[in-house]
Formats: sequence, structure tokens, C-alpha cells
Amino acid sequence: MKPRIGVFVCHCGLNIAASVEVSEVVKAIKDYPGVVHAQDYIYMCSDPGQNLVRKAIREHNLTGLVMSNCSPSLHERTFRNLAKSEGLNPYLVEVANIREYCSWPHQGDKETATKKALTIIKATIERVKRNQALTPLVVPLQKRVLVLGGGVAGMQTALDIAEGGYPVTILEKQAYLGGRVRQLDHTFVTMEKAKDLAGEMIDRTLAQPNIEVLTTAQIEGISGYVGNFEVQIRRQSDWVDPEKCNGCEACIKACPVEVPSTFDRGLVMRKAIDWTPGARPGEKRVFLDHQACVRVTRQESCTACQEVCDQGAITYPEDEQITQMYGAIVVATGHDLYRKSALTEYATDPDVLDALQFERLLSEDGPTGGKVLRPSDGKEPKEVVFVQCAGSRDPDKHFPYCSKICCMYTCKEARRYKEKVPDGQAYVFFIDVRSTGKGYEEFVKESVQKERLLYLKGKVSKIARQGDKLLVLGGDTITGHRVEIEADLVVLAMATVPSPGAKELARLLNVNTDPYGFIQEAHPKLAPVETLTAGIYLAGTSQAPKDIPHAIYQASGAASKILSLFSRKELIHEPLVAHVDTEICAGCGYCHDNCAYQAVSVDPILKKAVVNEALCEGCGACATACPSGAIQVKNLDSKQVFDMISVVTKDYALRP
Amino acid sequence: MKIRLSRERVRGDFVKKVEMISGQDLLQCYQCGKCSAGCPAAFEMDILPSHVIRLAQMGQEEELAQANSYWICFSCQTCTVRCPRGVDIAKIMEALRLVTLRQKNRNKVEATGLPPELLAELPQIAIVSSLRKLSG
Ligand SMILES: Cc1cc2nc3c(=O)[nH]c(=O)nc-3n(C[C@H](O)[C@H](O)[C@H](O)COP(=O)(O)OP(=O)(O)OC[C@H]3O[C@@H](n4cnc5c(N)ncnc54)[C@H](O)[C@@H]3O)c2cc1C
Ligand code: SF4
Ligand code: SF4
Repeated sequence: MKPRIGVFVCHCGLNIAASVEVSEVVKAIKDYPGVVHAQDYIYMCSDPGQNLVRKAIREHNLTGLVMSNCSPSLHERTFRNLAKSEGLNPYLVEVANIREYCSWPHQGDKETATKKALTIIKATIERVKRNQALTPLVVPLQKRVLVLGGGVAGMQTALDIAEGGYPVTILEKQAYLGGRVRQLDHTFVTMEKAKDLAGEMIDRTLAQPNIEVLTTAQIEGISGYVGNFEVQIRRQSDWVDPEKCNGCEACIKACPVEVPSTFDRGLVMRKAIDWTPGARPGEKRVFLDHQACVRVTRQESCTACQEVCDQGAITYPEDEQITQMYGAIVVATGHDLYRKSALTEYATDPDVLDALQFERLLSEDGPTGGKVLRPSDGKEPKEVVFVQCAGSRDPDKHFPYCSKICCMYTCKEARRYKEKVPDGQAYVFFIDVRSTGKGYEEFVKESVQKERLLYLKGKVSKIARQGDKLLVLGGDTITGHRVEIEADLVVLAMATVPSPGAKELARLLNVNTDPYGFIQEAHPKLAPVETLTAGIYLAGTSQAPKDIPHAIYQASGAASKILSLFSRKELIHEPLVAHVDTEICAGCGYCHDNCAYQAVSVDPILKKAVVNEALCEGCGACATACPSGAIQVKNLDSKQVFDMISVVTKDYALRP
Repeated sequence: MKIRLSRERVRGDFVKKVEMISGQDLLQCYQCGKCSAGCPAAFEMDILPSHVIRLAQMGQEEELAQANSYWICFSCQTCTVRCPRGVDIAKIMEALRLVTLRQKNRNKVEATGLPPELLAELPQIAIVSSLRKLSG
């Protein structure tokens, strides 16, 4: 069938028409081979403009459209949808960009712009002549979600999706749910107990029938794509049977291994087998930490705990391996605090704590039962100095970013300290107090006045041990005085950093991280809960430092994105993907090496390249790499590219 | 200058007295500087009004005793009217005058020390208010 192409030239007001002589272009293109209709209009995207196009399709029985206007990112979809509604296959419509590529860069030079516009349009006509009618690809969708991390963000996402009716698996590295919030004492600005807050969420999570919780579990491998991720999970088996254990502690006494307690942030030591937070806050259980046990760390065959357990509660089964299909994944792996030892000027002294260690001192389930006692001698500290921005906002040596939550938690911790030690004094060194949430500024003001907190503007320069005191050298930049405080205890608001292993996890999932290892969102404003990998979403502090309310907002945002994904029957994928001519393909695999999306592989038996159309983004990297031209991108194959180049070289011949 | 802070200092008698006499909570001030920016007498003061408050928050009694700020203060109350946190700075200035006059047991202005020529020229009301403000 002979092509019947319609060319539509838009003025875009004066955006195009001021530089391109539109009427001349239309006149010249009317008789170009294959063109049966050409027309211009002031705004082709407007309703009257679109009606002109509709009418032309019907009247001239058009088989292809060349829309000569602005960038395809603006209106390609508009005109393809229009074609579809008129019964013309949308993939027979192409945009000739004569605005960004032509009228804008050549403003004031009508001759050049008009000539170039004509060339761009002719080249696009040649492309459309060889376009195929295509139908979108249909990809099946597994309506099951994997949430990595069981902190407040992970639990919120899981709850929202589960309540929407879909099954969710939460993978949690630790033996318990709740994340950092399990380690906290109270929470700003409501001063609600962290235990109650986390407890309420954990109860709902454990009671929700659509949620499966896998603790001491991590992801080991992943393949596939949105709607169809195949995930390998490794779950450490529980070496202490909670049904049989009666808590006699014989095993704890027998265990030869001592390690710093991660839950209490090294304030106390624990045995490899020891008490650990239980499923719910307030509960505890005897738990054997594989990472500490010599059976794992040194491959030894120690059975000291098993031998003394008269309940027969201890066995050492192998780890569990699970493979499961998921349609979407949420990364909610949370945050950590920067290591104190990096700030050498603040000394490595037992009475210099990081903010999480101080939370443990404040907590009733902490090593001091909630009494504020300093680690060195167990005395109640009367002069406590808090140092904000410890490692944050320090582009020269540490991190350039603001950790966002420390202004608020420092104020909260200072307030809690004073509630517990009313005759003590708390000082807070700050460079700014950023209290930008709802009720936050009011909280700071109230705390300062109620608990007589003395805020001092300036960074602490040095902390040094002096007998049983810590000499803090700081300043008050407001009055220009240097300030010295003989403190009993110092608390550092260490910079917030990603949780350990975040970079490795990102690599495994094929998502990006920012320079500090936080997972990178697809767009900082318009797509803050998505990653650039379709089907992988973000929630909570894995993306950036944030407090509980903001973690929850993002978690619910990610959940609603997934619920909207799952509201479809199946997934639709653009059909503009690579295609292999198996007659020509020699199976060299260059295409595979060049594909950024792992969408091409070489069949080991047939020795031919195979395209996974659901993964292919149609970028064409494979087509340029293929030595024989066997792999081509649909509607932009090499014949089309050469046809387009011919138009250009004819119009702009170096030697006529 | 270097200052040493301790709970005795920041919750000491001096701070308590200034707060009691002025009826103001010193920690209400968040050091925005608006009082200093608008004070018509600030150009003559060695310590700005907002810095006076700051030093008082930190219990810096000795440094404040040397300052001329609260003697120069007109009590015009521009600061008080403009303070976003509702601190009555003029009252704090007054408290500092009183604390200094009483504690140091000295008058800023001695009625007997005023030259007769000046006394003859000044309106009576000015003399009385000056003595009320600047003597113990
Ligand atoms: C000292 C301190 C005090 C704070 N006080 C407050 C406060 O008063 N109020 C407030 O609103 N906020 C406070 N915050 C912030 C609050 O802790 C966070 O907003 C909250 O913990 C974020 O939750 P999350 O789920 O994103 O991350 P997290 O709580 O860090 O949870 C992440 C979870 O993922 C798990 N995980 C990590 N990696 C993996 C992996 N590879 N596979 C499986 N699981 C993994 C972790 O074990 C953890 O359970 C405070 C923070 C600190 C440091
Ligand atoms: S939140 Fe406050 S303390 Fe933390 S880095 Fe930002 S400004 Fe500093
Ligand atoms: S105007 Fe008020 S809040 Fe601002 S510095 Fe002066 S006293 Fe403090």
C-alpha cells in the first residue's frame, strides 16, 4: 500500500512561527513523495487544532502523521492518543521537533530555521514510511509486595498494602520489628513513649493476616522486573526454641563469647546467646545471635549452650532458603548514626555518648533501667552538654548535609534529662535550631523555658578529660565570648547516615544511591517515593534523614503508588523494544554486554540473542553494538536511520 | 573574653533576682536582635540590648555590672513594644539598674553632686525622674 502521510505544522503562537516561515514549509512539503495532506495551525495541540488533525485523518484516509511542533516529551502522547481514537495505529505518528531543535536555537535567522525545519520534517516523513503498526506489550503482574526493613516506615507501607487486600512480606534483618524506634525513649513532640508508639504498630502488623513477617532474614538475590521479581531470601533459623526455653540463663552463663550489645549501642556487653528484645516492646527472649556465635564466625563446633540446656531448647538447624515472586519491592532499610570516633576532637571517652546511646540511658528497658547514670563511674551527671551538628553540615571533613532530626531529638533528650535530673543543667551547643515541623518550634520554646535549657550558639571545638570532668571548649558567637563548661556527660548529635549495607543492597537491587549511600529517589520533587528502577519504591530514612511523621508520610506514599500499580489487571509496556532477526544473529553477545537493563541474553543452546521485552527500554545501545545489524529497535531500525540521514546529507551536502 | 558556665551560674541568685524584679523569663528571648536594631539609644551603649539579655541568660553578672547600657536606656519601651516574643526588655533594664544600685550599694546619680547651675536649669520633673531611675 502506498503511504498516505499527513504533515501538520504548528506555529506554537510565535514560538515557531517567528523563526520558521510556516506557510513556505507547508507549500514545499505538500508535494513531497508520500505526503497527501499538509496544513499549518497556530496551536495544533488546542482543541480546534486537534479537530483539524482528526478531520484530515478521516478525509484523506491517512496512514501516518508527522506532527511538526514542540518536543515529543510534551505532545507525542497527545497526538498518538488522538490517532488511536480515530482508528489509526498510534505508532504511525511521529513528532518532528521544529521548536527546541530549530526555531528556538535559530531565533532571528529565518532562512536557516525554515530550511532546517523542512529537513527535519522530510527526515521524519522517511521514518514514518517504514514505521510498523504496533500493539503495547502486556506483562503479567504478581500482586505481592516485598518490604525490606521492619522499622516504622516498613511496617506502615506493609499495613497500608495489606489493608488494601494484597499479601506483603516484611524482611527484617534483626530479630524484632520496630527499627530504631525500639531503641528510643520518648518521641517529640507529643512526648509519647516510643515503646507505646512502636508497640501499637507492631501489634497491628503481627495481627494483620496479609502480612508475613520474616525476622533475621535478608535478601540474597533478585532477578526479573516490575510485576515479576524473583527474589531469593535467606532466613537465619532460630537456634533457641522459644516454646521450650524457660529463661533459666544457664546457656548465657555457659557461652564463652562476649560482644558489645548492638541494641544498647555498646553500653554493655552481651553473650552470643543472651536476652534480646522480644517481638513486642517490653517483651524479651533468649536469642542466639549467629553473627556473634563461633559456630558461624569461626566455623567451630561449640555446643556449650546446648549442653547446659535441660529443656532441650537449643538446636542448630541450617538457614532457611526461600524463593518467592513479588510484583513490587519497597526499600525501608533505615538509618544509623555516624561513628563517634570520626570526630577525634571530641575524644573517645566513655562519658561522651552518641544520641542513641543516650536514648538507651533514658529508656526503662535500657542498661540502667532508665536512670541517667554516666558510664565511667555510674554517678548521676549534673552538668550535661549536648552538641548538635556533630559531623553534619561539615563539608570539609564529614557530611555537607543537615541531618534534619537532631535539632529536635536533642531538645527532647535535654528535656527528658531534666525531667529525670531536675537539679541538673543541660546546655545545647547549636549553629541553628531547625524546628520546621508542625508544633516543633513551640516544642523547643516550651522545653527551653520549662526545663531551663541553655542554648549556646557555636560549635564545640574540643572536649577533653580533666579528672572526673569533661572540659568542653565552645563559644557563644552571639556575644562573641568563648565558653568553657566542666561537664559530667556529653551527648553528640551524630550525623544521620544510611544503615550498614545500604550500598551493597542498592547494587543488588540495581537502584542508585546518593554520594552518602542513601537510596536515590527518581525525582527529588515529583517522584520522591520511587526509584529509577520500575517496581522498586522507597520509604523512610533509607532515602534521607527524617523523623517518624515524615517516614510515615513517605511509607504511605509508596504504598499508594503500589496500590495504584496493583489496581491494573496487568502491566502495559511500550512496544518500542529491540527485536532480533534470528536468521542473522551469530550469538556473539555484544548486545548483552551493552544493555544497561539486562534485557538481552544469549540463549545458550540456540546461540541466539533473546530480548526480554518487559525489561527493554528501547534505548538502542544493542543495535549500535551489533556487528551484523541483527538486533534492531522497532520503528527506529537502521534502514529508517539511514533514510533520515540521506535526507539531511542531500539538503546539507558539503560538495553539491 | 572567656566565660565559665555552670549550673550555679546560670541558675544563680543574680539570674533569679533579675527575673523576679522584672517579672520576665530571660529564656523567653531567642536572640533575634530586633530590640537592638530599633533601640534609639543603642548607638551610645557599649553592650547592645539583646546582648544584655544574652549575658543575663548566662548569668554574667560581672560583665553586666561594667556595662553602660541600662544607664543609657531611655525607658522609651521601643524594644518592649517590638519584641516578637513579648519580652519586656525595658523592665529587664530596670531590673539590672536596681540590682546594680542595690547590690553595689551605689547611686548612679547623686542628688548632692549635681551642680547648682544645672539644677537651676533642669525642669523639676526631669530631676525627680532621673533620681528615681538612677539612684538606689
Ligand atoms: C537518637 C535519635 C532520636 C530520635 N528521636 C525521634 C523522635 O523523638 N521523634 C521522631 O519522630 N523521630 C525520632 N528519630 C528518628 C526516627 O528514629 C526515624 O524517623 C525512624 O526510625 C525511621 O524509621 P525507618 O523505618 O525509616 O528506619 P529504621 O527505624 O532505621 O528501621 C529500619 C529497619 O530496617 C532494618 N534493615 C536495615 N537493613 C536491612 C536489610 N538489608 N534487610 C532487612 N532489614 C534491614 C533495620 O534492622 C531496621 O529494623 C530519632 C532518631 C535518632 C537517631
Ligand atoms: S538537624 Fe539541626 S543539629 Fe542536625 S544537622 Fe541539621 S541543623 Fe544540625
Ligand atoms: S527583641 Fe525580644 S526576642 Fe529579640 S533579642 Fe530582643 S528581647 Fe530577645
